[in-house]
Amino acid sequence: MPRSDSAISVIENPQVVIKDLNLYYGASQALHDLSFGIPAGQVTALIGPSGCGKSTLLRCINRMNDLVDGLRVEGSITIDGENINDPTLDVIELRRKVGMVFQKWNPFPKSIYENVVYGLRIAGIKERTTLEEAAEKSLKRAALWDEVKERLHQSAMGLSGGQMQRLCIARAIAVSPEIILMDEPCSALDPRSTARIEELIRELREEYTIIIVTHNMQQAARISDYTAYMYLGELVEYGPTQQVFTVPVKKETEDYITGRFG
Amino acid sequence: MSKKFWQQGEPFVWATGLALSLILFLTMLLLYVVIANGLMVFWPKQVALATLSDGRQLLGEIVREEVIPGGQAKRLQFKIGNRDLYGLDFKWVDASSITSMSFPQNVQVLERQEFGNFYGFLSELEVKGLAPPATGSNSLEQTIAALDSRKKEVSLLGKKIANLNRRVEMIDHRLIQAHYDKEENTPALAALQGEKEGLKTEFEALVGILNEKGAALATNQAIFLDANGRTKAIPLVNIVRSYQPNAMSVLAKCGYYLERMRELFLDEPRESNTEGGLFPAIFGTIMLILLMSVLSFPLGVLAGIYLREYAKDGYLVRLVRIAVNNLAGIPSIVYGIFGLGFFVYGVGGSIDQMFFPERLPTPTFGTGGILWTSLTLGLLTVPVVIVATEEALGAISPGIREGSQALAATKLQTLTRILLPMASPGILTGFILAMARAAGEVAPLMITGVVKLAPALPLDGVFPYLHLDRKFMHLGFHIYDIGFQSPNVEAAKPMVYVTTLLLILIVLLLTSTAIHLRNRMRQRYSVTDV
Repeated sequence: MPRSDSAISVIENPQVVIKDLNLYYGASQALHDLSFGIPAGQVTALIGPSGCGKSTLLRCINRMNDLVDGLRVEGSITIDGENINDPTLDVIELRRKVGMVFQKWNPFPKSIYENVVYGLRIAGIKERTTLEEAAEKSLKRAALWDEVKERLHQSAMGLSGGQMQRLCIARAIAVSPEIILMDEPCSALDPRSTARIEELIRELREEYTIIIVTHNMQQAARISDYTAYMYLGELVEYGPTQQVFTVPVKKETEDYITGRFG
Repeated sequence: MSKKFWQQGEPFVWATGLALSLILFLTMLLLYVVIANGLMVFWPKQVALATLSDGRQLLGEIVREEVIPGGQAKRLQFKIGNRDLYGLDFKWVDASSITSMSFPQNVQVLERQEFGNFYGFLSELEVKGLAPPATGSNSLEQTIAALDSRKKEVSLLGKKIANLNRRVEMIDHRLIQAHYDKEENTPALAALQGEKEGLKTEFEALVGILNEKGAALATNQAIFLDANGRTKAIPLVNIVRSYQPNAMSVLAKCGYYLERMRELFLDEPRESNTEGGLFPAIFGTIMLILLMSVLSFPLGVLAGIYLREYAKDGYLVRLVRIAVNNLAGIPSIVYGIFGLGFFVYGVGGSIDQMFFPERLPTPTFGTGGILWTSLTLGLLTVPVVIVATEEALGAISPGIREGSQALAATKLQTLTRILLPMASPGILTGFILAMARAAGEVAPLMITGVVKLAPALPLDGVFPYLHLDRKFMHLGFHIYDIGFQSPNVEAAKPMVYVTTLLLILIVLLLTSTAIHLRNRMRQRYSVTDV
């Protein structure tokens, strides 16, 4: 049985199916024959040493890589049965369905409220009450409401780093995506803010499919249900987190996880 | 020791501080010269009556005093005015040859429509058709004021005649057009001909009245004596203002100063621009800058957006960028010549061929005008705006763009809702620089539409109100013109200072408005990391 099918078959009824994915930056290849399925309503962690292509893979899932010049993708990624690499696909629709939170928080220089409702305004929603309700709901969901409810109309630039990152999560939630991509969301935060965000991710799992890239092995172990270990653009091992961390099949995975490598 | 001394960086601090103070010193010196001279121009000066050793007398303002080289002796420069009597306004006199000097209370200074100032003593008034002239110290002022309503009447007549002229001209154009269109002997044309004849008779009647009234006004005159007793008759209509500086109190001098300020801001220039007001030049300068901004600012911002956001980065874009940066280094006169060749003769000439053939060979748009000058200046400043826009957009972190696009915003939405507001302070900075540069340019204006004396403003109450084809006046050109091109440079010097001061103030006003706007934007869209 070829490797790709075994990786997909780990998951029953996957929501996102990556099949024979190859990605090239000009002449150099960054991702090699990736194939695996990602389950709905779970947290899937992508781990691996720097430069292994985990962020690149993540950015393929909402076609964020479209912005990069000289980048070429082969193979398919299907979400709910629809191939998102289809050139006729509406990228805007895709991104409405697949939200993203970045490593470095990036709130807009607007008020907290305007940040949260930005995606809704972009989608053409104008009714004040709808926007206000959505803002409150998203901020509550992102566990930020109590801290900012008094100053919704002040600049988001006055928040702390951890608060800004939760604001970015609230902003992503506000447009009701099905999948949220997180690119090392805690790497620039102190342990306390990290703990809050991890807690938040565990709570959000009930409503959203979450795919998270992380450098932090413990974090992956703590918050994810499935873990994919990548090395040099290839998928080395993929399975339930418990299994990957306790009884890894591959020697390389074990070396990385135990800290002998990476 | 010395190595450590150099490494500590102390000398470098000195060097930087010294450089800054040098620049500040030179700038302050320039401002001091302009402000000190410019502000004092309108303050009435004492007029001295000097008796020379040969018995002759001299009446004038003491302008300058200097030591004769090689001794302790001094010489004084007097502004003696009376150009129509003496030929020269200024005279140098050795201090040693002055036997006595006094400041008589009854010295009369006249500002006249022509021949500059007159200094002398009032002898008698010859007034016709008015109540007998008042007597007393200010009889002259009162009589001049009494003539005011009649002067207004005459100038109103002049305006009426100009209006008639314009209407006749329009009918002429219409008739020529009809001729071109092979339209002959229609009733409409006949009616036009009739109207033209009517206007012509009306015109001649008005001219007759005007000449009559003008001549009658001119017979009212005052006889003056100069320092040596020569008499001079001056028609009262030629006197713009008369005062006795030696008899004025400080309050009266302040009143005079304010009156001159009012004249400066609101009146037309006289005496080939060396006297009178600067209103048309102020108006022209501000209108030019605003028009230039309206034309070039959107163009520059759009081009900058395209270069940064849409153009695929490559060899060609880099070439364009280098070219844009170099455009800012081309001498402005080259832009002027391009503007003359392309805008004035090329575009303007074609417009005349297409839309105003009946007026040819007199050009309408095919000659210098405020539209072409603004376009030329716009071309000159647009690189600054492009570069500023590009830099401002480029300075926004990619994370912000990705954040917006990840929220399903299109590129256009990201641009209009996030990037442009964030870039606006930077873009405005470029705009301020562009505006300041445009305000200071003179060379390209001289060949694309600025004139020494414009008969009408480019914006007035006559349809179509905005006359972009008209030539206009400009403070920068005014400085060059009166300072270096006027026949009487020494007499024009005070006006050069005043004009310079005014130009600096206008640039300051415009740029500080833009800076204020930018600071508000900056406050609103600043991205400060915690």
